[in-house]
Amino acid sequence: MLAFLVQRISQAFLVMFVISVIAFAIQDGLGDPLQEMVGMSVSEEEREAIREELGLNDPMVVQYLRFAGNALQGDLGNSYFYSKPTLEVIAEHLPATLELVIGASLIIVFLSVPIGVYAAIRPQAWLSKFFMGVSTVGISIPVFLTAIVLIQLFSIGVTVNWFPSDTGWGQWLNDFFTTEGGLPSYGRGDELTHLFGTWESGFFTGTGLMHLVLPSVSLASIMLPLFIRLIRAEMMEVLQSDYIRYARAKGLSAGRINFLHALKNTMLPVITVGGVQIGIMVAYTILTETVFQWPGVGLMFLEAITRSDIPLIVAYLMVVGLIFVVTNTLVDLIYGLVNPTVKLTGKKA
Amino acid sequence: MTTATVSRWDRFRESFFWYSFKRDKVAIVSFAVLLLMVLAAVFAPLLAPADPYDLAQINIMNSELPPVGMSGADPAFPLGTDAQGRDLLSTILYGTRVSLMIGFGAVILQAFLGILFGLLAGYLGGKVDAILMRIADVQLSFSTLMVAIIVGAVFKASFGNLMFGEIAIYMLIFIIGVAEWPQIARTVRASVLAEKKKEYVDAAKVMGFGTRRIMFRHILPNTLSPIFVIATVQIANAIISEAALSFLGLGMPETQPSLGSLIKSGFDYIQSGSWWITLIPGLVLVVLVLVINLLGDWLRDVMNPRLYKG
Repeated sequence: MLAFLVQRISQAFLVMFVISVIAFAIQDGLGDPLQEMVGMSVSEEEREAIREELGLNDPMVVQYLRFAGNALQGDLGNSYFYSKPTLEVIAEHLPATLELVIGASLIIVFLSVPIGVYAAIRPQAWLSKFFMGVSTVGISIPVFLTAIVLIQLFSIGVTVNWFPSDTGWGQWLNDFFTTEGGLPSYGRGDELTHLFGTWESGFFTGTGLMHLVLPSVSLASIMLPLFIRLIRAEMMEVLQSDYIRYARAKGLSAGRINFLHALKNTMLPVITVGGVQIGIMVAYTILTETVFQWPGVGLMFLEAITRSDIPLIVAYLMVVGLIFVVTNTLVDLIYGLVNPTVKLTGKKA
Repeated sequence: MTTATVSRWDRFRESFFWYSFKRDKVAIVSFAVLLLMVLAAVFAPLLAPADPYDLAQINIMNSELPPVGMSGADPAFPLGTDAQGRDLLSTILYGTRVSLMIGFGAVILQAFLGILFGLLAGYLGGKVDAILMRIADVQLSFSTLMVAIIVGAVFKASFGNLMFGEIAIYMLIFIIGVAEWPQIARTVRASVLAEKKKEYVDAAKVMGFGTRRIMFRHILPNTLSPIFVIATVQIANAIISEAALSFLGLGMPETQPSLGSLIKSGFDYIQSGSWWITLIPGLVLVVLVLVINLLGDWLRDVMNPRLYKG
């Protein structure tokens, strides 16, 4: 176990090293700090002097070590656009993204487990077939398109009264969608609760929650089909195993077998795959945040690209890289803990 | 020559492949739709009523016309027009062409890289295997879309907007090809590991054939069917990745739009009620990706030797 632990953690450090080299290469290849600092009128000698002073003439290795040393102390340079430390900018934007990911994860967990389990227990039921069909189609719809369709349906342009208008709730829903503009599709709203540090939360106000609905549903839509299929496949395999047959032979109730014995063993691989998938969701947050102008790190990254804000791009890469490496390592370690048969070499294939 | 082709055709008609295709309605419909879309895209210059690349044919007065069937529509533009006054049907035909070109191009590149690295890793083993598969692991854990976005961002920042727009189609093939090679490499490696234990490989070694010959002439042909399955699914993934990159503004420029950049340019006008500019190309994209995915599912069922042979 100790060998596994050491191996996994040293691998994480190696990956972080590679990411930092790539980030450094981008900064070195694209950014010319001089251009940002001085005007056109500065003479070539003065430029050379500043270059020398900044250490831009040092050997590559020395420059990299300086970059890595600063990064370890939490200094990844200043953003050109915001004119303040890049990590501060990221810290301001991170809570919005985290809340989006939390919202989407909640939707995924509360929908995929019941649907996946149901589809595994009753594979022939029409409802199961319906869910599996929908998930096949769902995989083929890009996340930004889901988002656009949701906006079209629930936020703008709905003039049809969908709900029975003779009931109170139907009338209220019709009014909500047709005259009051439906669900918000832009930003996080203006009623945010201050939690701590830079964390402004939308979870505690009505408008904050309303603004979360469409973005979270869009983000969840890309992962939901994957999870439903995964849970169904794992559950079906578990239901075939000997101990389940034994439990049936013993005469245990179906509910007890399905939900106590089978579900427990289904969730193990699901949780580990899920951990990695939630890391992958970061890539999809860029798309979702672009559609909804959600002020998180994804939108910030994309704006940094259009503004050629190199330090911010580099800092985003480092932070996202760290998040990926930490989640992957944790997932591997947890998997190693709960499943001791995992090979010490840690090869997945 | 003629007899050879006839017998090959007969062999094909008696194969399990053709038999299961004939019996699978989903596969037939998917294949027909895909064929139709590919043909329409290939012959876009002949079929399209207008040339969206030709600025002389565009009249800004025709912008944001709705599709036929809605009030204010012009029958000259069956699917309406976009914000620049381009005929949406023509733009979609040309856009599908660009999307398919990038999808196929990227998969050819990733198949080349994936087969090469997968064969090397699986057959040579040892350090080569460890290094290549570690790179693949890391790249996959980052998600291929993230890698593509980052590479795209770096290219765009280093080439500048105008230059990037001109060579965007090659850039996208390169970015998506490089970002997704681990998917194919892993599949190839797994089947090479199974194949290299077989007797024919030993026989080839005994006969004194070189490593390269054994790898490419003996093992590779036996790993082709899983490659075929995953390459099909990868075309769908490449088309989605391209659309995502274009939607983020890291892909095809609006002057030479793909389906993704059409969706993006339409999205700016959705608040003004012109839903068709973004949703019709979106529908085309979804149908295209869906039929490729369905064909991929069917291929996997047919080519899975465990299901086939018993």
